[in-house]
Amino acid sequence: MVPPSLQPAAGPSETPRIAVEARNASKAFGQGDALTRALDDVSVAIRKGEFFTLLGPSGCGKTTLLRLIAGFDTPTGGSILLNGRDITADPPNRRPVNTVFQSYALFPHLTVLQNIRFGLDMLGRKRAEADARAAEMLALVRLEGFASRRTAQLSGGQQQRVALARALAPEPEVLLLDEPLSALDLKLRKEMQRELKRLQRETGITFVFVTHDQEEALTMSDRIGVMQGGRILQIGPPREIYNQPANRFVADFIGETNFLDGEVGAIAGDTATIELAAGSVTVRSAGLDRGQKVTLAIRPEQVRIGEAEGLPAVVTGNVYFGTDTHCHLELSGGAGVVARLQSAADDATPLGEGTAVRVSFTPGSVQVLAD
Amino acid sequence: MPPAGTPATTEATIEAGRIRRNWLLAAPALALLLIGASGPLLIVLVYSFLEPGDYSGVIWKFTPRAWFEIFLKRDIFDGTLGVADAHLTIFWRSVRLSLLTTLITILLGFPTAWFIATRPRSQRALWLFLITIPFWTNLLIRTFAIMEVIRNQGVLNTVLLQAGLIAEPIQILYTDTAVLIGMTYVYLPLMVLPLYAAIDRFDFRLAEAGYDLYASRLQVLRRVILPLVRPGLIAGSILVFVPSLGAYVTPRVLGGGKNMMIGNFIELQFGQGRNWPLGAALSMLLLLIVMAALLVYVRVSGRENPHG
Repeated sequence: MVPPSLQPAAGPSETPRIAVEARNASKAFGQGDALTRALDDVSVAIRKGEFFTLLGPSGCGKTTLLRLIAGFDTPTGGSILLNGRDITADPPNRRPVNTVFQSYALFPHLTVLQNIRFGLDMLGRKRAEADARAAEMLALVRLEGFASRRTAQLSGGQQQRVALARALAPEPEVLLLDEPLSALDLKLRKEMQRELKRLQRETGITFVFVTHDQEEALTMSDRIGVMQGGRILQIGPPREIYNQPANRFVADFIGETNFLDGEVGAIAGDTATIELAAGSVTVRSAGLDRGQKVTLAIRPEQVRIGEAEGLPAVVTGNVYFGTDTHCHLELSGGAGVVARLQSAADDATPLGEGTAVRVSFTPGSVQVLAD
Repeated sequence: MPPAGTPATTEATIEAGRIRRNWLLAAPALALLLIGASGPLLIVLVYSFLEPGDYSGVIWKFTPRAWFEIFLKRDIFDGTLGVADAHLTIFWRSVRLSLLTTLITILLGFPTAWFIATRPRSQRALWLFLITIPFWTNLLIRTFAIMEVIRNQGVLNTVLLQAGLIAEPIQILYTDTAVLIGMTYVYLPLMVLPLYAAIDRFDFRLAEAGYDLYASRLQVLRRVILPLVRPGLIAGSILVFVPSLGAYVTPRVLGGGKNMMIGNFIELQFGQGRNWPLGAALSMLLLLIVMAALLVYVRVSGRENPHG
């Protein structure tokens, strides 16, 4: 077997180079009426050395896209490119891409060391070289001394590390991670999130990470692709995804969001007035037309409660979270709004139910979503 | 002695009662085994050390002669001892045909078991059901059916002749090949079922992981799949090899008189041969070979258990 080239192509560093790319990739299962489009004409370019996350609810197509990149499935349309080369027809063993499986998929009949060496052995690396590399990987995932253990004797977190070491050992161009942390408990998951980030920085390998956990995506990624219904809805850095969601689904899926329905009123220069049932809100006018139906998306932490100015509202309840309190409000006109109030040192008693207040929003924080 | 009724003694009493009750429940089966299997076996063992009677039966006089007779023969004319090559030929044929049967059932059974295990769960029951259909018919009748297929005027030769592929019928019946075909047909389900059970437990994501780590399809089969389905492979091999070695009906019907296997040879000693001690000694030897095979199986599968 010809070992796949694992050396990055030498070239001048210019605009971000693309490691792996999907071009109009589609994947459909079944036929006729039973046809389901798991992936529907998806194009995405993942940059070299970046931590890219595919985020979405289960069944959104994120794992399907990952399997197309790994080569386990072939697309029904479009192509997959690696370093600009079309690899759509290559089988998984000819792609310098490795996968960390959700179930880890460690070989139960092999030891930890044999698991890590597997890819190197298959590539025909010399024994001494493979041994050295495997030892290096064991050190990287901090499992020195576990080399001769059986995988069944390891804890979930340790198995996770072996799966990582095994996938990293052959120095893949791209590492694919399919919800690798979902089986771990919260504390271990947080630890592994930092660990993964460290490994990615130290190895410089392009990571494509699949998760349905929005917090995981926000804390770890350089860029996120939000998916739903077999399509990518928005691609951008975490802050952009959170602060400027492209549509209602993204705003709703990532973090908590208040949605208020309204209509574009007067437009004056670069500001526009949005007429809501409870009153009016001023936003930037870019791309808006008078009379257009829109939805305003406001993060709970951007909602301010005061007495002087803003939309009239009544407190309907409080939920205490420790670090902050969620104050539930009802605007006049019936729309509900949640405000996140950070707990202060003196921890003042929250506003009682039925208190009449005024609600306003941090300037520039209101996102206008076209319906 | 501790006072009666302390928790420890009560627990011990209950435990003892439980063990006694389990023994009682198992008693009928154990008795049946003792009377039906161990008893006759003991008789056979004793007979193998007696002298043959003139017209069958035995003479109650101790001699290990039958055991020597398995491997050695005395020349009729000069009385010198020589190797009983006719016996060894029969032994070798039995072992060779049984090993070949095992090998062929693996080669045919593995893809079959793989096919069934990869069907949707709702369809698997149907496929397994189809595999077991041959068991519904008597072995003798199935063997005669095979005979009908392979004999000179049979289905196979007729079709080949009609198609012009051969000029005259191929002689398959009454050859070792015929016995091999018959045994493969009869014992194939015994290979497919344990293999299916092993493949069904196999996590197919492991094959993907191997494939992802630069293993070719053949390497995935050899390095990942085979080691993990080995218990099923060994179980199937034992289930096929052991009855093949002692096969009687199939070599008798398809092998004719001349291609004897151990089973037929033993029968001959108790029938026309009128040498009951030799038949008994041969039976015990067959039993020893089978036990050795089972011992290997227990050792190998026992080693697999901690991580299989």
